[in-house]
Amino acid sequence: MTMMVNRTSAPAVRERSQGVGAGPGRRGRLAQWLFVAPAVLYMLVFFGYPLVRNVVMSFQDYTPATYFTGEAPFTGLENWWAVLTDELFASSLWHTLLFTVGSLVGQFTIGMALALFFSRRFPLSGVMRSLLLLPWLIPMVVAGTVWRRVLDQETGVVNEALQGLGVVSSAIPWLSSPDHALISVILVNIWIGIPFNMVILYGGLQEIPREVREAALLDGAGPFRAFFGVILPMMKPVVTVVLVLGFMSTVKILDLILALTNGGPAHATETLGTYTYQLSFLQLDFGQGAVVGNVLILISMVFAVIYLRANRDGLEERR
Amino acid sequence: MRLLPHRPPPALPLTAATVALTLLATGCAAERDPGVYTIMNSGTDEPYHSWDQEVMDRCGAENGVQVQQLSVPADQLVPKALRMASSGSLPDVLIIDGSDLPQFAETGGLVPLEELGLSTATLSEGAISFGSHEGVYYGAARSVNSLGLFYNVDILAEAGVEPPRTWAELRETAAALTEGDRYGLAISALATEDGVYQFLPWLWSNGGDERDLDAPEAVEALEFVTSLLDDGLASRSAVNWTQADVNDQFIAGNAAMMVNGPWQMPVLREHPDLEWAVVEIPVPEAGATPVAPIGGETYTIPRNSENPEREELAARLVACLTTPEAQLDWSTKGSNVPVDAEAAERYREEVPQLAAFVDQVQTARSRTQNVGTDWNVYSQAIGTALQAALTGEASPADALARAQAQVESELRSRS
Repeated sequence: MTMMVNRTSAPAVRERSQGVGAGPGRRGRLAQWLFVAPAVLYMLVFFGYPLVRNVVMSFQDYTPATYFTGEAPFTGLENWWAVLTDELFASSLWHTLLFTVGSLVGQFTIGMALALFFSRRFPLSGVMRSLLLLPWLIPMVVAGTVWRRVLDQETGVVNEALQGLGVVSSAIPWLSSPDHALISVILVNIWIGIPFNMVILYGGLQEIPREVREAALLDGAGPFRAFFGVILPMMKPVVTVVLVLGFMSTVKILDLILALTNGGPAHATETLGTYTYQLSFLQLDFGQGAVVGNVLILISMVFAVIYLRANRDGLEERR
Repeated sequence: MRLLPHRPPPALPLTAATVALTLLATGCAAERDPGVYTIMNSGTDEPYHSWDQEVMDRCGAENGVQVQQLSVPADQLVPKALRMASSGSLPDVLIIDGSDLPQFAETGGLVPLEELGLSTATLSEGAISFGSHEGVYYGAARSVNSLGLFYNVDILAEAGVEPPRTWAELRETAAALTEGDRYGLAISALATEDGVYQFLPWLWSNGGDERDLDAPEAVEALEFVTSLLDDGLASRSAVNWTQADVNDQFIAGNAAMMVNGPWQMPVLREHPDLEWAVVEIPVPEAGATPVAPIGGETYTIPRNSENPEREELAARLVACLTTPEAQLDWSTKGSNVPVDAEAAERYREEVPQLAAFVDQVQTARSRTQNVGTDWNVYSQAIGTALQAALTGEASPADALARAQAQVESELRSRS
């Protein structure tokens, strides 16, 4: 995907650098700004404003009364202090980390395996590949609600099957035990994320010329050597994109967990996403909710920068 | 889609920005049509929505206006109303859950109903306290609900047991009814309001109080509920079940009894082959008074500084929507209990199947009666303690001690 984008944007960059040499006139510069203005305006209104508002809100005593009176006194670092010293914040952060890393490792490994599998042509491979996309098309809330039933301790299909096959002797408390819930939620999220990983990685694999693979095999590299020594390094830009985009959508997870466990049992699946939801919309403490939201934004920003750098490096390599 | 770092065609953002700016410029100053009044509620489900519309149309016609019903899902009602408050576009009548009333009343954004000529003279004490915050009456109630113990008549008859009235009887009965895949009892123990609401009858009937969570009465109540799960009389999945899930389990025959509210009636009625009845929630000892939480919606009137004259007509609409006749009519259809004492008695005769709820409501109290706007702090702490104890993560005593500490520190940071 990125390669496609890079390829189309590369000539544009070149043309612009030639244009700079010629020196645009005043009219030209105005025209340039006019072209940029709509996008800038859009960004300011729909991204800039909420972002700044959220940061400001985290320093305010923002309660339901604020909506009526418009008054939200500044309280300095009080919200930040209250949230950062809360045990629930630390455990939410830890759960978010486990959830994100667990989901990404699972999604990526299985997605890559499937992508490699489908890169060999065999009858019905196209049909099967399309069918595997289904989890991606299902709304998160629907997936969560269905999985909640499927994983129910007593009446869920999974336990019935496992017990029927004699794999386990007693029902596994997938979602009802604090020791199991986080793992179960990660497993469901892996199931949801596999199609995304598979599609992008499959696209990446198609970009690698057949000859390169064949040459590696001819030179005596085994399938593992060929994969880790040739294919994976060549797919580095795609892999980076998959992982960074996957990270950004996973770290802020909310809907899936709300539908599956509501952050429970006993806060075992509380992540930063559900924690900020709890604070803002259940406790109506919008200031503290904003603090957690800001922490999430900060974390995502770090990875956005990594993503942009990776993108730019990829672009430069190609020029 | 998010995987494409795409560039939208420039026309789109431009249009979007123009639309947004136009909205910003005109949104706040929108004139209200004097002939149209809006009522916001959470009645998104049919047939409730149509039933409400019928009554609203009738009351609108009586007052010579058209009434528009604006329904949003229950969990989005408060955030939505707050957003509307900030842009001064609140509806003429706002129907909110009784437990959210203090939050709104506290802001000063609601008009005391007595100022608008709605008298409390004929109302029962319970109805007044349900719609009041700090002694001021802001919300008129139409009907209320509470929790009861539903039981499967056939299963109990087969086992030859009577519906339980005390905790000890509940344990015995549940044990006698637990068999194979079937549990004796189903409850909801979610950490959200569903589970907390269901824990309150045990806590309150035992003399416990949310303001004193580490007291022996509270610990005893939590120990009792925990023991039901530990002894295998109720499913451990309770920590993931909403009250609707509990109802499904009961209907599917996976539980012989359940704690639930009258709002499950429409779903229960879809299964005419299932014979059920309902009694009051069992109490710790014979003769003790059951104290269950009271729930329900209140009709409030948000301040309308631009058109204060609208408030008065809105009050007339509220009065019309909550007359004893309207209460009885709605309660019979929607399986709630009328607030008006006389209407409640007539309801008992007309719907004997749900008579237990009429009794339950007499002694029930609202969640916000003692702690007002701080209820969500208590609710959060109780939900956490409930789940910690039920999953074995902490003993009931430790879980409640932590909850008490959590409430105290939370309240300190608020003041």
